[in-house]
Amino acid sequence: MTDKNLTRLTIAEARDGLQKGDFTARELTEAHISEVEAARKLNAYVTETPELALAMADKADARLKAGDAAKLTGIPLAIKDLYCTKDVRTTAGSKMLENFVPTYESTVTQNLFDDGAVMLGKVNMDEFAMGSSNETSFYGNTINPWKAEGSDKELVPGGSSGGSVSAVAAFTAMGATASDTGGSIRQPASFTGLVGLKPTYGRCSRWGMVAFASSLDQAGPVARTVRDTAIMMESMASYDIKDSTSVDRPVPDYEKALTGDIRGMKIGIPKEYRIDGMPDEIEKLWQQGIEWLKAAGAEIVDISLPHTKYALPAYYIVAPAEASSNLARYDGVRYTMRKEVPGGLQEMYEATRAEGFGKEVQRRIMIGTYVLSAGYYDAYYLKAQKVRTRIAEDFEKAYEKVDAILTPSCPSAAFPVGEKSNDPIAMYLNDIFTVTANMAGLPGISIPAGLDHQGLPLGLQILGPAFGEETILKVAGVMEDAAGFTATANAWWKE
Amino acid sequence: MSDMIKTGIIKGATGDWEMVMGLEVHAQVTSNAKLFSGSSTEFGSEPNSNVSLVDAAMPGMLPVINGECVRQAVRTGLALGAQINKYSVFDRKNYFYQDLPQGYQISQFKQPVVGEGIIRLDMEDGSVRDIGVERIHLEQDAGKSLHDQDPHYTFVDLNRSGVALMEIVSKPDLRTPEEAGNYVKKLRSILRYIGSCDGNMEEGSMRADVNVSVRRKGEPFGTRCELKNMNSVRFIIQAICYEAQRQVDILEAGGTIDQETRLFDANKGETRSMRSKEEAHDYRYFPDPDLLPLEFDDAFIEKCRESLPELPDEKKDRLMNELGLSAYNASVIVADKENADYYDALLAALVKGTGKSQKELAQQASNWMTSDLFGALNKASKNISHSPVSPEAGAELLGLVVDGTISGRIAKDVFEEMFESGKGAAAIVEEKGLKQVSDTGAIEAIVDDIITNNPGQVEQYRSGKDKLFGFFVGQTMKATQGKANPAVVNEILRKKLDG
Amino acid sequence: MSVDTKTVARIAHLARIAVEEERLEPMTAELNGILDWIEQLSEVDTDGVEPMTSAVDTKLHWRDDVVNDGDKADEILKNAPKAEYGFFAVPKVIE
Ligand SMILES: [Mg+2]
Ligand SMILES: [Zn+2]
Repeated sequence: MTDKNLTRLTIAEARDGLQKGDFTARELTEAHISEVEAARKLNAYVTETPELALAMADKADARLKAGDAAKLTGIPLAIKDLYCTKDVRTTAGSKMLENFVPTYESTVTQNLFDDGAVMLGKVNMDEFAMGSSNETSFYGNTINPWKAEGSDKELVPGGSSGGSVSAVAAFTAMGATASDTGGSIRQPASFTGLVGLKPTYGRCSRWGMVAFASSLDQAGPVARTVRDTAIMMESMASYDIKDSTSVDRPVPDYEKALTGDIRGMKIGIPKEYRIDGMPDEIEKLWQQGIEWLKAAGAEIVDISLPHTKYALPAYYIVAPAEASSNLARYDGVRYTMRKEVPGGLQEMYEATRAEGFGKEVQRRIMIGTYVLSAGYYDAYYLKAQKVRTRIAEDFEKAYEKVDAILTPSCPSAAFPVGEKSNDPIAMYLNDIFTVTANMAGLPGISIPAGLDHQGLPLGLQILGPAFGEETILKVAGVMEDAAGFTATANAWWKE
Repeated sequence: MSDMIKTGIIKGATGDWEMVMGLEVHAQVTSNAKLFSGSSTEFGSEPNSNVSLVDAAMPGMLPVINGECVRQAVRTGLALGAQINKYSVFDRKNYFYQDLPQGYQISQFKQPVVGEGIIRLDMEDGSVRDIGVERIHLEQDAGKSLHDQDPHYTFVDLNRSGVALMEIVSKPDLRTPEEAGNYVKKLRSILRYIGSCDGNMEEGSMRADVNVSVRRKGEPFGTRCELKNMNSVRFIIQAICYEAQRQVDILEAGGTIDQETRLFDANKGETRSMRSKEEAHDYRYFPDPDLLPLEFDDAFIEKCRESLPELPDEKKDRLMNELGLSAYNASVIVADKENADYYDALLAALVKGTGKSQKELAQQASNWMTSDLFGALNKASKNISHSPVSPEAGAELLGLVVDGTISGRIAKDVFEEMFESGKGAAAIVEEKGLKQVSDTGAIEAIVDDIITNNPGQVEQYRSGKDKLFGFFVGQTMKATQGKANPAVVNEILRKKLDG
Repeated sequence: MSVDTKTVARIAHLARIAVEEERLEPMTAELNGILDWIEQLSEVDTDGVEPMTSAVDTKLHWRDDVVNDGDKADEILKNAPKAEYGFFAVPKVIE
């Protein structure tokens, strides 16, 4: 089998091939390492770790030989640079952590490595996961492997998990870890023709994941198929006593959920997701999705989630507020970066944070600081948390009637680099369909459903009740089959 | 000044001013591990050695609550008769400081684990004063800064970072510096009784922030100043006196008080403004999203309650009402856990040694302890926990008095010797031949001699000068070097003189 | 609610971010844009609604009082821009 073929395998196929002995983990890893090197134009990787990858692959081969392989043994993955990795630099896309080398391994990556997964490197992201286009990284923009037909314009991969999706969509990794605070898994997955799953809050441990907004952050996978996503999910999820918000609940065999049978399931269609200015083709794709579900025997139910429109503005209070506090620790004392200036401690703090944080991060810290400041707490933060309750109640009511909800993933396809970077609110609106799940702590998955008129991928989102990952994976699997999405980006980056 | 300490009244040029104080005491919770991490709370270790990744606020680190700290806070609340909140919330108090690695302190702001309670103060004149406790909340301690090790740098040690503190906030019920001092002493005593804090003020296990204001009696509260981080009762009293006087001086000169944080300089005996802390007084509290609300049930509270020992107030009542101790003795004994423990051990050993009941022995034991033992300890500037005479040794001595082996008078000498040499009472009595003489024949012979040699006094006594009886007792005791059993002496004298 | 440059300067100081004088004006405009947009939340009736206190329906896990961490000063100081004699070193603070 040629290298190229190896990198085109799904995780499920590679797993079977490894276990049958068709190829080794080292061969599989080497094939991916050369793709990583060939795709540097995409700037998906902040730190490549080929030697470590090969060492991990060799260990995987030993395990495979010994017959004690787990589902991910020997599978090469890209790790979002938000996950602290022991002895491997972890930047969170920020200058603030340019030389920060953790002495510890995040729970999620530890889970993957315990199952034998191979780390190819750390992938790019919006700084501290704040962004929807991967244009806020200190390490430069990550480029979407996809381009519009007949255009040479570079497109954004979405964000904040831009490096994760770019790496997987360009076949440099079989899957990647990502994280989703307001849509950072599902929106980039939608922009790059991938599957991205944001689990229920508390399903994956946040321990060792650089925090953005604690009550919203959730780890999750991106991969090329629903099955691959399910396989990764099973490994990443765990109850972790080191994370007080982690939930003690057994992790199901998610792959088993992919039965293909959704007959009799009730799928809700929320009218509030039909927003002004949404392109016709997204509306059409949504209708198409409904038809697929009907054809598979599901029952379609019109539902209402009346507070949908308020999720995003509430999010832009809660997330910056938590971020302003979570990022206070970056003060020039512990994580390598310090700006030396005349004056005392306060001057050092201010200079370090002015230089170490990029513009978007500073903007959000400012908003977060303001909304929590004396006299404004009730009007902003408390109000937003009450709105959050309302949003959660909307979903609760809906899930009394339906098993899952179908919506578009994003209001648009991938857009050109630079197009929205000077208009914060236009950028924020990218997350309008995804952020509701974060606010309510619920799971959601984006799957590639079709191409727009420019030949760019568009995703549909399936939302589920708390710990309804199996349900949404099942529905996603059925839709994946119906959509038959096989398009891939043509490898212009190799030219 | 001593007047002011007791009265809380400052006699100003324009009339009397009344002091008003409230205290926020930070007490380190007795626990092996920190509030939200598994690193040690041990004092005096190498810098940054008792620090986990959580305490150093490494990226991605998360807090996990130590159940023991919750238990201790609840026990403390119960000991103060306070309301226990089954639902409370941890908040973040955000500010930048070199010894605060997270950039926020995890504390409890709107919903603390313990609500209102009471601390009863025993005043010197025997009266009691009830001081309201507003709340107790759990929070993290900060690290420690060393400013004098290097000309250009401040050094930071995070060993204390994350250690559990209880912040115990009083109501503004204190009216005199003496009360404020007694409040701290009483609180310390309760915490030590129940073992929720070691109360070691020198090592910083207990620090108090004192809010001081002054007003004309009957008027609303004045503007207060907060005196930070006081670590001795003496300084607290000094600082309050200085600060109240400073405020009166300003007000009488027509000025106004700025609400601010001040530091007491013990060397100068003054308070001064701490502008550095004042600068950003906007803590942006919000519930810590890394934690869930703190919840427990009635069964947990009951278990905490069952684990409480007898508390000082209960003990004092029992000593007075059941064992008949004087109010003075009882309050001295219960004031400190060590005193109380000593007394309990002393009484137990005495009961065991003599076979008599507690009630028969309690008063005598308390008298000996509060006068003889405390007197000697005081003179030697020794703490009761370092007493050369153990409770068991004390009981041996008192046992000899109870069974008539030695007199109370001789006991004092024996005690002195015990205190100095550490020898046992019986051994000393034996060695020095101090056994009381109760042999009637021997005493009768001595008494006969005395009567023969003092005919004048006998005459006077027999003609009605009763007081002279003491003279004969004294002579007899003198002749026996104090060893004669006073009861026997009395009996024989009466028989011979009166009969 | 909208902010002026003075408020923005105060917030920047609270957040310990140095902002050059000439950036205050544009930053104020930006923040006001976002705050205006957030303002739509006032349309939501939240009377009698409890704020969300946690995104998960679970109980806080309590740790046992056991020392099982620490004793890793080297790790703690490893990434520090300046450490001396086992301490973190920061620009001199005068109290
Ligand atoms: Mg305080
Ligand atoms: Zn405090």
